[in-house]
Amino acid sequence: MTGDFDLLITVRGLRKAYAGHLVLDKVDLDVRRGEGVALLGANGAGKTTLLRIVATLVRPTSGRVLVAGADCARDPEAARRQLGFLAHGSWLYEDLTALENLHFWATLGGRPASASEVCGALAAVDLERWANERVRAFSAGMKRRLSIARLVIARPRVLLLDEPFTGLDQQGAKWLEEHLQTFKSAGGAILMSTHSFGRGFGVADRAAVLAGGRITADTAVAPLGAEGVRRLYELAIEESA
Amino acid sequence: MTYARRAWIVLWKDVVTERRSKETLNALVFFSLLLLFIFQFTLGDDRERLVAALPGLLWLGFVLSGLVGLGRTFLTERENDCWDGLLLAPGDKSAIYLGKVAGNLALMLVVEAILLALFALFFNVDIGRAVPALSLVLLLGTVGFAAVGTLFAAMTAHVRARELLFPVLLLPVEVPVLLASVKATEAALAGEPLSAVAHWLKLLVAADVVYLVAGLLTFDALLEG
Repeated sequence: MTGDFDLLITVRGLRKAYAGHLVLDKVDLDVRRGEGVALLGANGAGKTTLLRIVATLVRPTSGRVLVAGADCARDPEAARRQLGFLAHGSWLYEDLTALENLHFWATLGGRPASASEVCGALAAVDLERWANERVRAFSAGMKRRLSIARLVIARPRVLLLDEPFTGLDQQGAKWLEEHLQTFKSAGGAILMSTHSFGRGFGVADRAAVLAGGRITADTAVAPLGAEGVRRLYELAIEESA
Repeated sequence: MTYARRAWIVLWKDVVTERRSKETLNALVFFSLLLLFIFQFTLGDDRERLVAALPGLLWLGFVLSGLVGLGRTFLTERENDCWDGLLLAPGDKSAIYLGKVAGNLALMLVVEAILLALFALFFNVDIGRAVPALSLVLLLGTVGFAAVGTLFAAMTAHVRARELLFPVLLLPVEVPVLLASVKATEAALAGEPLSAVAHWLKLLVAADVVYLVAGLLTFDALLEG
């Protein structure tokens, strides 16, 4: 499994049970260098759980997860050095400014960012004017954009995105889509959960449908288009029900 | 260098956050004033009783306000799921612990200094000459208290009954620190040289070292859960 250097995320036979309830059951998934995979599924299908397991935040009941060749169970630190995670929570301190939040996370991640790097990241998400404002005053969309700026500075090889377009306005979503395309072109891998078949879905090269704890469909997006994937998704959900 | 920088950034974040919100400091100062009022109401003008009880009362005040303050150590991390971010930050997690202990230590020392000044004012006690010795005792006692308190605050951060569990876990472990601190404070307030209570100070130093090392060694495993 570690021989294929193009594989940046490898999930094999993954199972996760909470209090006897099986959320994920024998999930297999690969994400290659330069590839974006959209994880689709109804609420409670286990998308966030799968992302959190790959992010090393949750331990699986059984199975194996590799990130850039690093085993998440045996060497989570090596996996974490390759990862960037955009979760539901913003991971922002409300009483710090936007600038201070970025400075804090970059330094804690062991890669202190220069002032120009931080300002560049803020400018990229159109928050430059808000650099010295406390996050407490930010709207949900602004917090989302600042969380994305945190990822820009961290420069990971693998991006795990949990509903990344939620809360973003048209401009923010457009910028994020462009940024993710650039990230993929540079050889990064993206695994993202999404409900949206519109903007943002263009980042996905493949779509994997999670239903009943299993990947019930895993298909290339290009031949089907977003509408084709939507029909496949609805079919998969109906079958699992 | 990276380790020290990471510990420093956690301390810096906690200090800046607290300086801006003043949530914990305001609550602790108000709490301390309430305690003082209750103590004075209980003891009245009896100087003899006051002198005998003062070291214990001081540390009772420090411990009670410390419990409130330490219990809130990871409250900012719970907001917006910042805890996950700490967990995912690559590198030795003990740097985070060290930064958190330093932040708690700074906060507790500020509260203790205020409480001490208020004690002197409320009870009309001259502590001027005892300040150097008291400072050393307070520092040693507070390091031990903050070291274990920070560790247990992390341990109970995601437990439903954390407000109950935190003091129940913490106080028994702090018994050596509290005993030694009260005895050394008693000597300092009485104007005795600290050499007279050297054995208690040695116990304090030993407890501080043991608690800090235990915290540094176990925090990573504790954070990973």
